[in-house]
Amino acid sequence: MNLDTIKEKVLSHTRLTREDGIELFTSADLLTLGRLASHVALRKNGNKVFFVQNMHINPTNICVNRCKFCAFSRSKGEPGAYEMGIDDILHKARGAEKNVRELHIVSGLHPDLPFTWYLDMLRALKAEFPLIHIKAFTAVEIDYLAKLSGLSLHDTLIALRDAGLGSLPGGGAEIFDSAVRNTLCAEKISGTRWLEVIETAHRIGLKSNATMLYGHIETPEHRIDHLIRLRELQDRTSGFQAFIPLSFHSQNTEIKKSAYTTGFDDLKTLSISRLMLDNFDHIKAYWVMLGEKIAQVSLNFGVDDLDGTVVEERITKAAGGTTDGSMTMADIVYLIRQAGRTPVERDTLYNEIKVWD
Amino acid sequence: MDKMDAITRKVADGRRLDSSEGLHLLQRADLLTLGELANTVRTRLHPERIVTFVIDRNINYTNICVNKCKFCAFYREADSPDAYLLSRQELFSKIEETIAQGGTQILMQGGVHPDLGIEYFEELFSAIKAQFTIQVHSLSPSEISYIAKRAHITIPDALKRLKAAGLDSIPGAGAEILVDRVREKVSPNKIRWSEWADVMKAAHRLNMPTTATMMFGSIESQTEIIEHLVRLRDIQDEKKGFTAFIPWTYQPGNTELGGTSATAIDYLKVLAVSRIMLDNFDNIQASWVTQGAKIAQVALEFGANDFGSTMLEENVVAAAGITFRMTKQEIINLIKDAGYCAAQRDTVYKILKVET
Repeated sequence: MNLDTIKEKVLSHTRLTREDGIELFTSADLLTLGRLASHVALRKNGNKVFFVQNMHINPTNICVNRCKFCAFSRSKGEPGAYEMGIDDILHKARGAEKNVRELHIVSGLHPDLPFTWYLDMLRALKAEFPLIHIKAFTAVEIDYLAKLSGLSLHDTLIALRDAGLGSLPGGGAEIFDSAVRNTLCAEKISGTRWLEVIETAHRIGLKSNATMLYGHIETPEHRIDHLIRLRELQDRTSGFQAFIPLSFHSQNTEIKKSAYTTGFDDLKTLSISRLMLDNFDHIKAYWVMLGEKIAQVSLNFGVDDLDGTVVEERITKAAGGTTDGSMTMADIVYLIRQAGRTPVERDTLYNEIKVWD
Repeated sequence: MDKMDAITRKVADGRRLDSSEGLHLLQRADLLTLGELANTVRTRLHPERIVTFVIDRNINYTNICVNKCKFCAFYREADSPDAYLLSRQELFSKIEETIAQGGTQILMQGGVHPDLGIEYFEELFSAIKAQFTIQVHSLSPSEISYIAKRAHITIPDALKRLKAAGLDSIPGAGAEILVDRVREKVSPNKIRWSEWADVMKAAHRLNMPTTATMMFGSIESQTEIIEHLVRLRDIQDEKKGFTAFIPWTYQPGNTELGGTSATAIDYLKVLAVSRIMLDNFDNIQASWVTQGAKIAQVALEFGANDFGSTMLEENVVAAAGITFRMTKQEIINLIKDAGYCAAQRDTVYKILKVET
């Protein structure tokens, strides 16, 4: 397949169409995709590759949604179900390295906890760790909290923000297409609702990320549709910071598929995302899912962010994730340097903390 | 014209690069440039867009080894509680299983066991050939050198006897880095580079095909990687007896040498430079055993045209804590997913079956 027309567009900063995106997915010309995506990444971020020192906390795996692709969730009372109290969460946060600047907190949708519990958790964390940024609650959780609170979406987000919420992660987006979504996770909010929640958050000044779960039952058309819907929202709000494609892990899930996505698919998806999402500043390789090796190689395929040090991650691990769930800062800096790029430690909002020249 | 442009031109014209040009690529060229150059060479040699694989089994007949290399997590002392030497019956049942799964070759390697003389191997190979139709692709140069010394005969004479008994071809293992400074540090008891080369040259003169390997990412310099490649290329100029080159990365787990492993980008760069430098090698193998399935697939864009083996059994890398497993179907799926046609081959790269 000849990518010359698309190449011209990329070099002249012309937005790619849905058809262009699909054509890129049908191409096996991996190196050309890497070239084009690198061109865009360089234009946006120079030689820099960002990471954050962060800690993941998953307060509970009890979830009223039981998505078929998820190996993490449990019903209340089921073997393996767990929940942390606010004290447990504080205790865990106290174990963070002293330079951790971000807590990434996402959970199942717990059936019993009241809205005030979430506000209390945020306030307790903020009281003890005033300098740590709290990035918490996917759009799916926000929607659920709005139901619990009895408030509007807008007022729910205001209440969370005022209690200490700093920004939103990008989870729960999966694939927006409703047919795919009904098969994968019928109980989860629709793609349209996900976008509505995020738009509302952006409107009150909360930044967020965006994700896409790929490598299950979706087609390239579904992926491109997903990217374009994100791009349209970003045109309206500019509230997205990074886009993070998440490679599907099938182990212990109800979706029958080969266990992992391929290296080609990972690198194509990352580079095509970079090319399609012309209004996103950052494309992130989430190494916990991709593995450290593909994450490093992806720095030549449009990626400029390696997420973080991620202490103790549970969700990918439950589905057969092969990384041990943590990398030290020295590991990350080394990987970036061996890729010929400049490591930059950032905070959640991409303020630069330290540059390794 | 700057040096990079000159190199690019030479590669496009199919001209040989010298050491300084190889080093320049390894030190200066970015990953995608190396991929593009390696792809140019690979496409010239294999325009048909086929990626091959072999069905075989690594049989490590013993883990007792006199060499005790510092980078190795597999060897044991003879009196160690988990030292072993497989019985003939165990070996034969492994061969039967290999054949039952469509296997065409067995790769038998030790341990350099101090008590096994040339007669042991002659009898073993004769017995295998009497009972099975299978390629015996076995004994690394280090073992052959030891067998010859132990029998007080020359390497060519040892090879002649082993060949007559049934040894078909020789794996290129134990090459590590073919520079003695490195060998003295990581494998002081193992044969020097020139002895490794002598075994391979002798085999090639007897029309016994061999492969060549390189283990990098331990303590060698980039200059020494290039020296390794040039030394192989020189040997290959003589008889063209190497069927393939297989670079892989040092795995530090459970070893005396310790340290860290080469990163994926280091691997892909060395792989690509190998493809570019080794103009007289037909085939370059990706190493899923050390890199995992994802990087092995990506390696197809960085010069590799062969996915190696299904390896029904692998013990040596596993001893260093790395246990990637792959089935034949997974290998075929990955090759196709990368836009290539998959084909099963034999030891000498003859295509046996194209997977449609």
